[in-house]
Amino acid sequence: MSEEVDVWWMVFTFSAYIQNFHAIQVQINKVQEQLDSGIQKENSSFWRVLEGYNYTAYHPMEEIYHWMYQIKESNRELVTQHYLGTTYEKWPMYYLKISQPTNKAKKIIWMDCGIHAIEWISPAFCHWFVKEILQNYRTDPKISSLLQNLDLYILPVFNIDGYIYSWTTARLWRKSRSSHMNGTCFGTDLNRNFNSSWGGVGTSHNCSSSTFCGPEAESEPETKAVARLIESRKSDILCFLTIHSFGQLLLSPYGYTKEPASNHQELVDVAQKAATVLKGKHGTNFTVGPASSVLYQNSGSSRDWAHMIGIPFSYTLELRDRGAHAFFLPADQIQPTCEETTMAVITIIEYVNQKYFPNGAKLTSGNLCLNLLLSVLFVGALS
Amino acid sequence: MELEPSHYPAQRAAGVARACISYRRGGPNRVLTLSNVRRARLQVRGRERGPRGQAVNCTAEVLYHLGSQHSAPEVHFTVEGELGKNPDDADNKFYSRIKSLKEPLVAQNIPDSFGIVPPEMEPIRHLAFSACDYIIWQNSTENTWYNLAQIQDVRQVKRNDDYLEFDYTVLLHDFVSQEIIPWQMQVLWHPQHGVKVTQNSRQPK
Repeated sequence: MSEEVDVWWMVFTFSAYIQNFHAIQVQINKVQEQLDSGIQKENSSFWRVLEGYNYTAYHPMEEIYHWMYQIKESNRELVTQHYLGTTYEKWPMYYLKISQPTNKAKKIIWMDCGIHAIEWISPAFCHWFVKEILQNYRTDPKISSLLQNLDLYILPVFNIDGYIYSWTTARLWRKSRSSHMNGTCFGTDLNRNFNSSWGGVGTSHNCSSSTFCGPEAESEPETKAVARLIESRKSDILCFLTIHSFGQLLLSPYGYTKEPASNHQELVDVAQKAATVLKGKHGTNFTVGPASSVLYQNSGSSRDWAHMIGIPFSYTLELRDRGAHAFFLPADQIQPTCEETTMAVITIIEYVNQKYFPNGAKLTSGNLCLNLLLSVLFVGALS
Repeated sequence: MELEPSHYPAQRAAGVARACISYRRGGPNRVLTLSNVRRARLQVRGRERGPRGQAVNCTAEVLYHLGSQHSAPEVHFTVEGELGKNPDDADNKFYSRIKSLKEPLVAQNIPDSFGIVPPEMEPIRHLAFSACDYIIWQNSTENTWYNLAQIQDVRQVKRNDDYLEFDYTVLLHDFVSQEIIPWQMQVLWHPQHGVKVTQNSRQPK
């Protein structure tokens, strides 16, 4: 009798697994269908190559999936698209890897946008930044030098479920869309869900709160997907940037404590440099400092977690504005916001590049000659 | 204790000062925005919203009442220079336009998802800012920082007297808790007599 039960249990769990897998497959197929139909619709509003996409407008998730596909297709020499995992509602999460092909080992810069659905300017910035790199890497010596040593991993929308929800249902939604309390309460604040003093100060254990940290650290599939990748590559990741709005802030660790980070002064100095460069573009003032002093204490943030696992440069950027429009930043501010923020981000990446690859760790023509000379001398000595 | 002006605890106190000062002299075309904070006993520099916004300098002291029963923070302020309470052209135009509407004004989602506010709705929005200032002032603590995020719904209530009356449902954003809080408010306005919130109540999420 118990053997029969065991068999049924196996069949049940196996079929549940298949159903789950099937659900994921359905979602991936859904996206693939949309992409395929997009290719045929040459004149549709969302089928564009790099230059044709409207970078000064906000785009729904469907268009962002198309954009990622197009970016990858039209920049195959530099861009690959990678699967990270699926969201609660089974949407696939993809990041773009921008990498100059070379046989030299490179380090990684990570940037994610859209962890909070309500912050529409954030995914808009990731789009803009990718475009800037791809449009200018051949001609801008700064960018081409960065790409000699660094790969850029860019996640255009972290909280896909929430972002979709903010377009279809509630513009001011912030959290994910996971279901809690028997379907009576929804959403975890993904930026309280990381394993960095999770559940502590500045977060709520009540699901109905906007800063609900989830039932446990990394409970959300989105958090887990990102954390798994970052953890697996942490020895190569030099810089972790997470893009938010609003506030005009460049925040260093930590939020969960007022204790300074081990490299606090350097973090603040670099951030200050970036804020100065940013201000030079359109006069926008950014405040710099550790999150717990400048903003408020909060636990479970991705920025804190990244630093705690050993990533030396970890920042939260809160983009425009300071409250005049707040989350409703009009589209005519997308361009200036993205221009100034790009300059700040490049400044940070440049510093990291210089620090870990001083004067380029690649073969220059100078040391090529020296190498040849030494080889000749050595060969001479041997013979 | 000196507060770093650019850091958020000082900004929150400034927000309360701004709200109180703004409400006391408020109107659809005369809402104060914050542009600079100098000290813990605050020197607040602001500017009226809109293209012809006047610059305003104030000194303010914000006293939060601690304790189990919430009461509104006290704000003692002095404003430099002349601040006219006389209605300007824009106020009068807005007043006449609304008074002459055949059907009572009804609108939703100001601004819309993309941050757009139709020009004829700007005064409605400014009036909401002004009225919200009262609610913000009355409900602030050291650990809140409220701002008006969006007007969810606004309906004009026709009156027989000279006042304009609007029933607003607004969404307030608290920066500290990141909560979005629906709030209902009944607002009276007259170009000469200013803004008055006659009734308000926090709504369930």
